[in-house]
Amino acid sequence: MTDKKAKYQKVAYYPGCALEGSATAYDRSTRAVGKALGLDLVDVKDWNCCGAMEVKNIDAKIQTYLSSRVMSIAANEMDMDVVMAPCNGCYHNLKKAEYDLKNDENSREVVGKLSEKAGHATYASGQVETIHALDWIRDTIGEKGLGERVKNSLKGLKIANYYGCMYTRPRHIFPEKDQGPGSESTSKPHFMDDLLAAAGAVNVEFPLKTACCGGAHTLSDSDMSTKLVLNIIRAAEAAGADVIATECPTCHSGLEMHQIRAQKRFGVETKVKIIYFTQLLGLALGLKPKKVGIHENISDSLGLLKEKGLA
Amino acid sequence: MPIHEKSLIREENITVQEELVIDGVDVSGHWSTFIEPRVVTDYNEELEEEIAALPGGEYIHRCWQCGSCTNSCTVNAIDPEFNPRFWIYLIRTGMEEELLRDKERIWQCVSCNQCTYACPRDVFPEGVMKATAHWLELKGHTPKSPSMVFDEVFTEQVIATGKIEEGRTLRRFLGRTAQPLMQDWIVEMGKKLLTNLPLKMLTKMGIGSVLAPRTRGWSKAGAAIQEYQDEQQAKHRKALNLDELVAMAEQELTSQEQ
Repeated sequence: MTDKKAKYQKVAYYPGCALEGSATAYDRSTRAVGKALGLDLVDVKDWNCCGAMEVKNIDAKIQTYLSSRVMSIAANEMDMDVVMAPCNGCYHNLKKAEYDLKNDENSREVVGKLSEKAGHATYASGQVETIHALDWIRDTIGEKGLGERVKNSLKGLKIANYYGCMYTRPRHIFPEKDQGPGSESTSKPHFMDDLLAAAGAVNVEFPLKTACCGGAHTLSDSDMSTKLVLNIIRAAEAAGADVIATECPTCHSGLEMHQIRAQKRFGVETKVKIIYFTQLLGLALGLKPKKVGIHENISDSLGLLKEKGLA
Repeated sequence: MPIHEKSLIREENITVQEELVIDGVDVSGHWSTFIEPRVVTDYNEELEEEIAALPGGEYIHRCWQCGSCTNSCTVNAIDPEFNPRFWIYLIRTGMEEELLRDKERIWQCVSCNQCTYACPRDVFPEGVMKATAHWLELKGHTPKSPSMVFDEVFTEQVIATGKIEEGRTLRRFLGRTAQPLMQDWIVEMGKKLLTNLPLKMLTKMGIGSVLAPRTRGWSKAGAAIQEYQDEQQAKHRKALNLDELVAMAEQELTSQEQ
């Protein structure tokens, strides 16, 4: 644990396209929390899209190359050994590229060829470790450290922690998970629960932690996505949650969009608020709502936060 | 054969005769419900290989039909006709006509990877679903699904600029699938954003959607990816004998004209 604590103090930060577009609130709050905790983020230079969920459907190896380029820049041009990606999609794709480059000769060959033509060093598996924002905060500050730094407890806020698909599935690309006590679980993840509990929140019993929001078809098959999102939102509300905490920009905007779409198209009104976990941690650390981008969310949670004494 | 569980048989395969006498015995009504005999003669023996030649389909041969994929499937919980195990069975046995009955469904896979997580044989059923949807389009059985159009719009933008600007992707996608941009729920979302966002932020977003963000020094990488993609697509066409099929169709058309 201690070597990670030192290793993750300064990491290469890979925000990805969504955090520059629809998820500026996640970017803002991640940076603000890092600053408040005294952790160092160095942006990956000239990064590119990881391929998201779309490019692999055209060709999976192009996606592997795209993700490898980001890791190559961090390792070979910035001399970093950790890449931190808060977006589940980026995190997933970098992990998948790492796995493929370690285990598949064909992927290594394609990535080598493309990197050479593109004019940069080829990424070799093992050069960097890719971590999620959850790992980053948990392994540096930890639950105890976070608890000590809380200025504004999330006490009384009932939270359903929603992790989504890409943080845990498929299992084989996350060799560090499911390794017994202290490691993350792919069937019942708990890192976000642990951090928010340390910040004073009440985590409700929420069975759909890793259910799918239909993010892949949010525009191309919107009715399907609305149904899937409604399952998640209704389960959270049934469990008594005020807030669904998110850790993925696709899940987050999917929940926000389809909460509205459900009301417009199916007349189903739901009340639960959608907030990034980094926003919640920032508030607990005493940051003002604006500093963590509460105003940039579509889901308007300001009233609830005021009611709970957090804004 | 008289049957009782009609719900298990497709309607078009059931014959009911209101009045039927066989060998002097009246078997009208309930007793005259018959299942049409069915003979399959049009196996596509190449079907499994064709799917395996497309990205995602590589490991279809590993399947031993346990059904864990369908059991864990997100879409199956909403639409029971969405059945990856069954489709893998049809592909492996070459039952192309049967598979085509579900051609409008297969693309609806949401890539949640519950199946990949559950699969004890590492078939990667999620990849098989994508390969199958792709195969249906390449063979001309279905028009491009909205999902494929989205993937293409997205990939084109990444190859061109290295990054994605979501507003631009959204507009191009809605344009290409002939949907209006100002859908009621998109308008509602916009309104909610406007009430809270400061002006500075909105200006920044406005600029972002006009001047797409771009990765510095991307042009060589973009060109290399494009070249690779073209090579791969030529390979897929070859694996599915598409050029041959097109030539045959053209020949047929010319001979009809003569």
